[in-house]
Amino acid sequence: MAEQVFAELMDKKEIINGIYKFSVQADEIVKTSRPGNFIEIRVTDGIDPFLRRPISIYNMDREKGILEFIFQVKGKGTEILSRKEIGDKIDIIGPLGFGTFSFDKFNKIAVIGGGIGIFPLYELSKEAKNSGKTVNCYLGFRNKDLVMLEKEFTDVTDKLTICTDDGSYGESGFAIDKLINDMETEKYECIYACGPTPMLRAVKKYADENNIKCQVSLEERMGCGLGVCLGCAVKKASSPEDSPEYFHVCKGGPVFNSKDVEF
Amino acid sequence: MNTKVNFAGIEMKNPVTVASGTFGYGREFSNFFDLGKLGAIITKGTSLKPKSGNKPPRVCETASGMLNSIGLQNPGVEYFAENDLPNLRKYDTKIIVNACGSSIDEYVELCKILNTLDIDGVELNLSCPNVKEGCMAFGNTYEGVRKVTSSVREVLQKPLIVKLTPNVTNIAEIAKGVEDGGADAVSLINTLLGMKIDINTRRPVLANNTGGLSGPAIKPVAVRMVYQVSQAVKIPIMGLGGIMNGEDAIEFMLAGASVISIGAGNFVDPYASIKTIEGIEEYMKKNNIENITDIIGKVEMN
Repeated sequence: MAEQVFAELMDKKEIINGIYKFSVQADEIVKTSRPGNFIEIRVTDGIDPFLRRPISIYNMDREKGILEFIFQVKGKGTEILSRKEIGDKIDIIGPLGFGTFSFDKFNKIAVIGGGIGIFPLYELSKEAKNSGKTVNCYLGFRNKDLVMLEKEFTDVTDKLTICTDDGSYGESGFAIDKLINDMETEKYECIYACGPTPMLRAVKKYADENNIKCQVSLEERMGCGLGVCLGCAVKKASSPEDSPEYFHVCKGGPVFNSKDVEF
Repeated sequence: MNTKVNFAGIEMKNPVTVASGTFGYGREFSNFFDLGKLGAIITKGTSLKPKSGNKPPRVCETASGMLNSIGLQNPGVEYFAENDLPNLRKYDTKIIVNACGSSIDEYVELCKILNTLDIDGVELNLSCPNVKEGCMAFGNTYEGVRKVTSSVREVLQKPLIVKLTPNVTNIAEIAKGVEDGGADAVSLINTLLGMKIDINTRRPVLANNTGGLSGPAIKPVAVRMVYQVSQAVKIPIMGLGGIMNGEDAIEFMLAGASVISIGAGNFVDPYASIKTIEGIEEYMKKNNIENITDIIGKVEMN
């Protein structure tokens, strides 16, 4: 159940250029969050920027009530957020989203992410591995300078494959191609994906065509994050092109079964 | 101290309501506070048949506000009556259904159904800028507004409020159409038609190209229009447009609004409506105002 908290910023770190990791004290949110949930942050008490910023949860320490999120400075809102200092209180609503990652039914899973979409996959990998699942992870980045969290993901997965588009680090090429190559030997029961839309489309296409279970975490421009404004629509796969019907990322998602959505 | 207002025959415990399309059917906000604290809840725009809404992207942020082009997505009046109304009725507040249609016949049909439901009033939506048919098409002429209003008035046995679009040249004239059509009250403003262009793709951000602007950015326009309408009609006014707190609410009431709505503010601060109620009470205390109705229309022009 979503709550508003004014969470104290306990630690902050710029992990690579323009990308920040914040650790906040948010016991109430951590208590009920599931991997895949997100939070909405109001970066100012004023009216500009106006809306809250939806940000995925990277990591939770359930014992200490610590919630960690990572964000890239992209505009005015994230820029203001990045200037918050340790000890500041941050206005957060969460956990949000009723569609979260679920892994109970599977024993061996593949986790695939790209760029700044990899963050929610950390908590997923950690929780899945902690409950005895085999977790192989594929992370794609444009080049060496953008590779991040390699050690962190190594710690919470059984096998980590890092790919760069230009081959400047790790394997050369797209993460999805490596995953497809491994599929024959690894026989993953479910694929979990979050990242740029072209990557998600490729993952969905492969999974749907080969009848492999797949859960994708989607993004869409959001108004409220609470399920009332109906802004963040994503097309239901079952609905016809000429009279489309929609789910909403903030409510039905952000995680969907790939077969249920078209994007 | 008395915050009660009788608005269009609806007895409200305070003048604070939540605007259509910013509060769903209440469920999401009941996590945060007791909905019974509100003067009234105005539901999401509801139509005779379900509507699936417009293609995404449907929303984007703008300076001190946002654009939306939801396209009146809603589950239809039957679904609402069965699944949402019973839940809303659990709270000690008034329920006003925002009704939308694409023809006079559809508005009339819908209102016949609404007559049979346990609701306190109907807000006729003649102002959505994001659907091709109906709504704003009726809302931008005196005659269009008068005709829909009087057709609905003939069948509707509940208090009738008509919500106006600000996308017109002379809002006072349009409001007269509401009064002449026999409505009990008028609400304004709906969103201002706007557009945002992504300079990298050179395309509008919204899939529908244009959308309705809401949030604090539109507040001065709304206050001005509420004032103009208050000078032109005798029926009471529900004022809205960018209200975030008690001070904003008082400004609308001084301009001539009997009650107000919190709209996009609900997205940013789920407690905005509650804080507005508290803010109004503080203002009353500070200024020794016994009845909130004493400040309605009390602006003194220069």
